[in-house]
Amino acid sequence: MSLHPWIFIGLFFIASAALPSVAIGANWLLGPKRPNSVKHEPYECGVEMVGSPWAQFRAQWYVFALVYVVFDVEVVFLFPWAYAYNSLGLFALFEVFVFIALLLVALWYVVRKDALEWS
Amino acid sequence: MTGLFENIVSHGWAVFLAKLIGAFVVGTAGLLWTLIGIWFERKVAGRFQDRLGPNRVGLGPKGRFNLSYKFGWAQSIADLIKIFLKEDIRNTGTDRWTFNLAPIMVTMSVVLLWAVIPFSDGWIGTDLNVGVAYLIAVGGIGTIGVMMAGWGSNNKYSLLAGFRSVAQLISYEIPMVVALLVPVLMAGSMSTQTIIRQQYIAFMFAVPMTLLIFLISGQAENGRGPFDLLEGESEIVAGFHVEYSGMKFGMFMVSEFLHAFTLGLLTAILFMGGWRIPFVPLDWVQEGKYLGSFIWNLLGFVMLLSKAMIAYFVLIWVRMTLPRLRIDHLLNFNWKFLVPLSLINLLVVAFVWKAIPGTDAINSFADAFIPSVVLLIVNMAMFLGVGAVLADKGRQERARVAARVYPETVEAAPTN
Repeated sequence: MSLHPWIFIGLFFIASAALPSVAIGANWLLGPKRPNSVKHEPYECGVEMVGSPWAQFRAQWYVFALVYVVFDVEVVFLFPWAYAYNSLGLFALFEVFVFIALLLVALWYVVRKDALEWS
Repeated sequence: MTGLFENIVSHGWAVFLAKLIGAFVVGTAGLLWTLIGIWFERKVAGRFQDRLGPNRVGLGPKGRFNLSYKFGWAQSIADLIKIFLKEDIRNTGTDRWTFNLAPIMVTMSVVLLWAVIPFSDGWIGTDLNVGVAYLIAVGGIGTIGVMMAGWGSNNKYSLLAGFRSVAQLISYEIPMVVALLVPVLMAGSMSTQTIIRQQYIAFMFAVPMTLLIFLISGQAENGRGPFDLLEGESEIVAGFHVEYSGMKFGMFMVSEFLHAFTLGLLTAILFMGGWRIPFVPLDWVQEGKYLGSFIWNLLGFVMLLSKAMIAYFVLIWVRMTLPRLRIDHLLNFNWKFLVPLSLINLLVVAFVWKAIPGTDAINSFADAFIPSVVLLIVNMAMFLGVGAVLADKGRQERARVAARVYPETVEAAPTN
């Protein structure tokens, strides 16, 4: 009898979470604990912190994230195609040509719109 | 191992316990391997920078005849002991849970990859039928860990690095995933073990372009080499882990080194034929002919490690040789060059694969020979085409910069 493969992944998940936790816990037990208000200041190359770290950021980041989501989801659709490619007919090839051509046109549009420019 | 537990508990529980111990053993082995990896990398990096690297630390009394002082091999062990004895500082204003969980999550994302890595014909954690998809899914956890570290640290530099990591890590994930589709397509399977068995000729000889895309985007995913913007020690003072100390910082380092080596392992598995020994038929290994299956497994393991070390060495080479990229160059390189290239590369491989008869059932070296040669020729043509496009772009860019920087001498400025 052998275990279902995903049960092993679950066990591996436990092991991989436990090992760094144990290392960090051991460090916490072994290391000195001498808190000090200057030591616990956020590090800014030696000077006192100026302002809050909660700075505002450009909405530019969202464009990257959105383009990424589009591409990643489409790539997920390509995995079953690649997996079964040897048993699929010629039709699969043409279909994926159209699929990827659409992706590339979308990418071309995004690039031409300067949405991926970092300014 | 299972038999030992069967005396105490029922068979099902015995298997469960044996597997649990196996998971801990593989995870611990992976983490301890970083001690060797860090020493190797520092030694190689030292040579690249024309210095010696670690050469002082050894064990026992010092003297000419104590060989343990050779090559400073105990440097990583000394560092490990030191890092265990450091104070664990958590600065004011941090988010307790995010800050503490981030190093664990980053390490976890790398160690989890080892669950599906086939070390040899019979030595594998578990042979998932969706192994490659699992590798991608688990790799994404690391990005979340980096973001959590940057966001939870209450520090401007950390936050900046966290945002940079969003842009960089997710951008480079796309060419990497598309590059991974090519071995899946050629082997007709997502299981790592089947991909190795299908490499009668290692895929690196058939599709070098895909290997190159995979290595570049993998290096960027790891955030090192010319792509170490999210750490950027000279501009954002080590970025997302600037506030970490002691073992939490150590975990970030361990995960980075382990990730680099795991990238070497994945390159070896997906493109260099994994544990397959060149010129040895597959059934000798699988049936344990002549030498017995343990010896064959051991040989395969050594083979995989040497291939992985070669790939790892190339990655260190790149890291130590190239200067850091600027963030807009980095993202332009990905979105305007690597992503279209990887998609076109996939289409070309798919087209050639369908055009050659007999590629749907490759069961020997002879079956794999003609497709590999054709793919290699097509890849060489692609390299020439890509090189011509890049050379043209470079010429245009140099002319543009020359026109901006030296407008009065634009005719005289060299353009190529």
